[in-house]
Amino acid sequence: MVDRRILLLAALLAVVSALFLFWNLRAPMGFVLSLRFTKFAALCVVGAAIGSATVLFQTIAANRMLTPGIVGFDALFVFIQTMLVLTLGGAGFARLPTLAQFGVETTVLVLAALALFSILLRKGADDILRLVLTGVIIGVLLRGLAGLAQRLLDPSEFSIVQQASFATFGAVDKTQLAIASVILVLCLVAALSIARSLDLMALGRRTALPLGLDYDRMVFVALGIVALLVATSTALVGPITFLGLLASSLAHAVLSTWRHARLLPAAAIIGAIILVAGQFVFERLLGLQSTLTVIVEFAGGALFLFLVLRRPRL
Amino acid sequence: MIQLDNLSITKNGADILRDVSLKFGQGGITALIGPNGAGKSTLLNAIAGLITPSQGSVTVEGCDMIRARPPERASHVALLAQNEQVTARLTVRDLVSFGRWTHHKGRPKDEDHRKIEESIEAFDLVTLADRRLDELSGGQRQRAFVAMAWAQETPWLLLDEPLSALDPRHVRDIMDRLHALTRPGENQRSVVIVLHDLSVTAHYADRIVALKNGQLVTTGPRVLAMTGPMLSDLFGTGLAIERFGGRDVVVPC
Repeated sequence: MVDRRILLLAALLAVVSALFLFWNLRAPMGFVLSLRFTKFAALCVVGAAIGSATVLFQTIAANRMLTPGIVGFDALFVFIQTMLVLTLGGAGFARLPTLAQFGVETTVLVLAALALFSILLRKGADDILRLVLTGVIIGVLLRGLAGLAQRLLDPSEFSIVQQASFATFGAVDKTQLAIASVILVLCLVAALSIARSLDLMALGRRTALPLGLDYDRMVFVALGIVALLVATSTALVGPITFLGLLASSLAHAVLSTWRHARLLPAAAIIGAIILVAGQFVFERLLGLQSTLTVIVEFAGGALFLFLVLRRPRL
Repeated sequence: MIQLDNLSITKNGADILRDVSLKFGQGGITALIGPNGAGKSTLLNAIAGLITPSQGSVTVEGCDMIRARPPERASHVALLAQNEQVTARLTVRDLVSFGRWTHHKGRPKDEDHRKIEESIEAFDLVTLADRRLDELSGGQRQRAFVAMAWAQETPWLLLDEPLSALDPRHVRDIMDRLHALTRPGENQRSVVIVLHDLSVTAHYADRIVALKNGQLVTTGPRVLAMTGPMLSDLFGTGLAIERFGGRDVVVPC
């Protein structure tokens, strides 16, 4: 039976979705609705992908303060954008077929993540801390390289990179969105199919392995799903570091459960609610544009600090 | 039967276990004793197939524990590691239920529920069954973990210092329970346990395996192998075994 609290979250998502789509709807309604729906779908796909990916990642890392972004996904994305603009120039970058760019970025991000996971986990999946620290250091290195490359750009090209460094939902390509939606659904189905193993995995390698879980294989499967979800979402709209932390923490707080069959859908729905509601408030009520991700980062960062200060032992 | 042949384990260039060969048959309590750093926990983990040795083999009931997949290993041995801790906010019943994982794979049936309740009862956890682990004392948590390993229902139970946080009453309860479990009968099981309390060892162990500096010092029936001079040599301090109230007690001398 579906948890009543998950149904309430779904109802809340339906309410904010209706507000986002129909609030202050004026003629030409069909056209405006079509634009709003594309943006709404992108917000839901990204929110759900980041929310569920973070729950998975935190289970693997046995740490509720980590997000997949911390292993350098965001930095790699910005680095790819910078290098594309640097090598192709601003005009060349703008002429790139969007679908090809999306495909290449997703593939590079997934391959980079899998390479990192494979190299670091070859000797067993008990060294998650090393994986995370290496990811952080690679992130710093990539940010440094991207910063260096950005100094070589002229101001107009720099502004292109700058724009790509923050998530934007304004100009999402419909074909990319359709592909991302299919990937999201497949990943969520895969994650839910291993939900019971994830419950055991959350006890940690030392406890789960003697209980009969093929822990190392399960870590690879789960990290593969995380890589696909985060890479797709980042390639679609750009990096949002702390959204996952918000969605996952709220899912744990609302459900108070260790069962992933409930946590995963809850975090996916909460991720979508945060983005749709946030975009609604800024676009419709405050009349502001493109500031949602900054606010998500701010709120997520504040939550991260709160969690660190509340639980001094990481 | 557990059989170790010429088992050696190296970690970061240091020999943790050197050329250990052992064989123990089913039933009874086998106590692993020895000073700190002797390799007792490593030996237990090697039997459970969790450590790849640099040399030698480990078989449990004919199963090659080094090559076997985790589910197969978990059907032969249950291992309770030292200082078990989990970060998930589980109740005692949730934790014990995970002990049945190899049987139910996350979907407990009536038989599993029955075994879970039996384990909870066996380790005096009925009043704590719905309490969360982070609300319990160290000793209560320890008992919950032993109950989890018990619920796994394997022929062999490997316990690494399970008595470390327990008060005398629960030490006795758990050891009495293990003692009864390992006597000949329909559901007889075998226990290999790391113990530091030598009087508890003297009272409950059927066999001992003494390790020092990664090497096997002696093994055999407790009444024959565990002597004052052997213990004094093993721990590097004077120890004697005295009879007190009809029981063997290890005292400094």
